Amino acid sequence: MNGYNFAYLDEQTKRMIRRALLKAVAIPGHQVPFGSREMPLPYGWGTGGIQVTASVLGAGDTLKVIDQGADDTTNAVSIRRFFARTAGVATTTDTAEATIIQTRHRIPEKQLREDQIIVYQVPQPEPLSKLEPSRAETRRMHALAEYGSMHVRLYEDITRFGHVAISYDYPVMVNRRYLMAPSPIPAFDNPKMHMMPALQLFGAGREKRIYAIPPYTDVRSLDFDDHPFRTTRAPQCCALCGADDSYLDEVVTDDQGGRMFVCSDTDHCESRQAEGHTGTGEPITREAAE
Amino acid sequence: MSIDLPGFADPVAQAQSTFRAVLDAMARPGTLHDAGNTLTPPAPLAPATAAVLLTLVDHDTTLHIAPDCVAATAWLTFHCGTAPASSPASAFALARTLPDLATLNAGTDEAPESATTLVLQVAALGTGPEFTLSGPGLKSPAAFRAEGLPPDFAARWAENHALFPRGIDLILCAGTTLAAIPRSITVQEG
Repeated sequence: MNGYNFAYLDEQTKRMIRRALLKAVAIPGHQVPFGSREMPLPYGWGTGGIQVTASVLGAGDTLKVIDQGADDTTNAVSIRRFFARTAGVATTTDTAEATIIQTRHRIPEKQLREDQIIVYQVPQPEPLSKLEPSRAETRRMHALAEYGSMHVRLYEDITRFGHVAISYDYPVMVNRRYLMAPSPIPAFDNPKMHMMPALQLFGAGREKRIYAIPPYTDVRSLDFDDHPFRTTRAPQCCALCGADDSYLDEVVTDDQGGRMFVCSDTDHCESRQAEGHTGTGEPITREAAE
Repeated sequence: MSIDLPGFADPVAQAQSTFRAVLDAMARPGTLHDAGNTLTPPAPLAPATAAVLLTLVDHDTTLHIAPDCVAATAWLTFHCGTAPASSPASAFALARTLPDLATLNAGTDEAPESATTLVLQVAALGTGPEFTLSGPGLKSPAAFRAEGLPPDFAARWAENHALFPRGIDLILCAGTTLAAIPRSITVQEG
């Protein structure tokens, strides 16, 4: 695209982000501050993820962008087009074809490979933010690995509800050292981060933080011996492809309580349908859903 | 004058491909990656060493150049736009023999990312004495060979690793090959 550097960012900014990325990989789970730039889309739409992707992306890469698992939602489409225009890279919706996957709040159902990089868009990188508002204080807590307050928060959930009532952005311990916010992915996706063959990079634009998990790194969801971490999903099958193991979106179909459960990962769902898997294709009633 | 020698012919694409090599090396410690294939840096810099510095160092960072590399100072100053730092406790340090790691900056507990990245040019990678690396990035302990590391490297690295999350990150370069050992990695002899 005329008038812009390759992948939009200037080289000086890329070098700054690249230095932050290398330190982030060297200290798994530690939030590295960086000079986040103003991007041509608002905070909260993936400015951190875009800056990380722009610094990593090369002409030979194939980019996939997902928003809540879907390739065809506004955020995913506009970011994919942004890089197709500013970097001229190939784009795809096929998880297996992509070399870089930028994601908002999901990890693809298909197991990622060693030659892939997944870039997460992160709204709030500080897992302790709701427990301790001071950034100076949370930095000290990370320095001392002082994470007792988060255990108390989980314990309070157990005393009140009988289980840990965090369904997304469920805090994890990385490499047994740093407490980390996995971005608002469903807790269902947390186990995929553990020993993932792909490199995981996280960018928070408004909060100006970058962090990373190298491949094959120990990532544990916080829990207690007598209340082990458990994933949850809607107890249904996908109405389109019949999958009984994927993460499902609930789609309201009328004002009588009818709804459909469909795969959140559109590429996973479509490739299953192409293989001949089918669901009922019908919405279910309120009684059946409950 | 070494300053006459060119830097990257295509700075955007070559900095990107070199960065990906370094990122991959840092994410998978001990694996070997190509870098700087087309570069003709001045002595004593190897193409990979020069490529790493051109990719990461600029006027925002400090670079300490060890006495055994000063012949390349003018070239690095010109092409990176950086002024050489007097103290090795700078953002980047360049050397051909492993310096005393305690003289470098290991960062602080609150800001471990401020630690020095040591770019060490060695005789060869993939041959020589064998080390075993383990830690994040490695599915199972992996063999790593390098020629030109001091015989007590494993012991000296153990002191660095013990500082985690503080500590030095090491990028090793030889010819057109590079590898990296971040602070999170344990190194054992043999």
